[in-house]
Amino acid sequence: MSNEQIKNLEEIFEARIARDEKIEPKDWMPEKYRKTHIRQMSQHAHSEIVGMLPEGNWITRAPSLRRKAALLAKVQDEAGHGLYLYSACETLGVSRDELYEQLHSGKAKYSSIFNYPTVTWADMGAVGWLVDGAAIINQVPLCNTSFGPYARAMVRVCKEESFHQRQGFEIMLKLCNGSQEQKDMAQDALNRWWWPSLMMLGPTDAESIHTEQSMKWKLKRKSNDDLRQQFIDQTVPQAELLGLTIPDPDLKWNDEKGVYDFGEINWDEFWQVVKGHGPCNKQRMKARVSAWENGEWVRDAAMAYADKKEARKLKEAI
Amino acid sequence: MKQNNLYNYIISIADNSLILAQRLGELCGHGPTLETDIAGTNISLDLIGQTRNYYQYAAKIQGEGKTEDDLAFLRLEREYKNVLLVEQPNDHFGFVMGRQYLFDVFHLLFMTEMLNSKDETLAAIAKKGIKEVSYHKRFSGDWVKRLGDGTEESNAKMQEAIDDLWVYTDELFDLTEADKAMIADGIGVDTSKLKELYYAEISELLKEANLTVPEGKYFTRGGKKGIHSEHMGYILSDLQYMQRTYPNMEW
Repeated sequence: MSNEQIKNLEEIFEARIARDEKIEPKDWMPEKYRKTHIRQMSQHAHSEIVGMLPEGNWITRAPSLRRKAALLAKVQDEAGHGLYLYSACETLGVSRDELYEQLHSGKAKYSSIFNYPTVTWADMGAVGWLVDGAAIINQVPLCNTSFGPYARAMVRVCKEESFHQRQGFEIMLKLCNGSQEQKDMAQDALNRWWWPSLMMLGPTDAESIHTEQSMKWKLKRKSNDDLRQQFIDQTVPQAELLGLTIPDPDLKWNDEKGVYDFGEINWDEFWQVVKGHGPCNKQRMKARVSAWENGEWVRDAAMAYADKKEARKLKEAI
Repeated sequence: MKQNNLYNYIISIADNSLILAQRLGELCGHGPTLETDIAGTNISLDLIGQTRNYYQYAAKIQGEGKTEDDLAFLRLEREYKNVLLVEQPNDHFGFVMGRQYLFDVFHLLFMTEMLNSKDETLAAIAKKGIKEVSYHKRFSGDWVKRLGDGTEESNAKMQEAIDDLWVYTDELFDLTEADKAMIADGIGVDTSKLKELYYAEISELLKEANLTVPEGKYFTRGGKKGIHSEHMGYILSDLQYMQRTYPNMEW
């Protein structure tokens, strides 16, 4: 194809996106669009799968049968999200195995928040309330993104995430209405998860390298800083309702701007964790890699069995 | 006394589901594929659901104002009456599927009989549970076949699991005093009558899976009497951790 033809196709393509038409896997698309989508969707899928670990950590220790069932269901939903998102990536011609390989080798990233440890039961509340809360803010706009399979997956993901967020808040509420030990546990969880949750919305706009292109393709509709402000403004009243204190002495309502002002985020910590030196980066990767390696004989057996079954069927047919 | 037998009867059924669910819960996020992780959590969830129905009913029968959680989390090890099979560890995926299949075949036969219980609550739990347990058995049975008739390595691993777990199967058919009393009242299932069907069904699938049916004549038992394996204390340490550390709180 000549450069001119490509340019022509690109113009038609961009015009379709501007008209809010969905791009489907078989449609022509610029290579950069394909790559960007594989990167973002697989990063999202990896986050779901790695995110199963810190919450899975509390399944055997959940304090009641109702909570145990709800937590199991939540972690199962996350596995389901991972599954749709890997499938959405497959429509762009990359296999799940290749994506796993990128995760295991450290080439692909996942949400840094999952590199923090879940050390008390209250962390199940805080993760649901804050981490899923921040995820929803990031993800709701993606229900209208330009790539059809991603947009459709996000509709379902967002519905489930919003249920998880309410569930997390409800765990916190129960703790905050409980004994002093339970209230302390809730406050301690908020203290540890607040700043990492703010970091989850990404680096400040000045530092963010992908924003402009992503905005054009509707992979992003608001800047990281705007999303962060939205998250803070939404969450502060919820913390007040719980009777918890946000661990930021500079947090205060700005009447003039109609938003909360907040303190300096420790970006050194953010980059440290992103670069692989957070409290649980090694442990999370080790858990994923060993699940994959220990499962190899099982996957091989399943393939071998399917081949044998196919061969037997063929033989019978002859 | 009659109510006491009913209570003990329900507890022993419930404990099987609870402890197996707990074992499956350990695996979440660590399975060989995303699909097996999802299925494993699904089975665990079904079992927890059954467990809750049983404990709620047992608490009512007991009449001491206890809750499902008191029964699930606050008993001594000796008071848990699950069979030894369900507390066996997740050594590898062959053990997980082997344990599941050896239990599921029993569980489905049991639930099918429990449908005819004179006790309406138990019959209703069975009615709902049969659908779930049929799926569990299909899933675990398919995996035993895949692993048995897959590669040389998977065949050896599946055989190892079946051989090791086999010694715990006979206990499934032991009858406690509570079992006998409940059978006499038309409430309980006479599991001793299910034994032949159980081994016939399992033997057929094992042969189809290219596996050898163990010939062991020696069996290990004790769970139904509250005498557990060394694993049980660790299972309970996790299970009871919150309730023991923070007593009398709502979660």
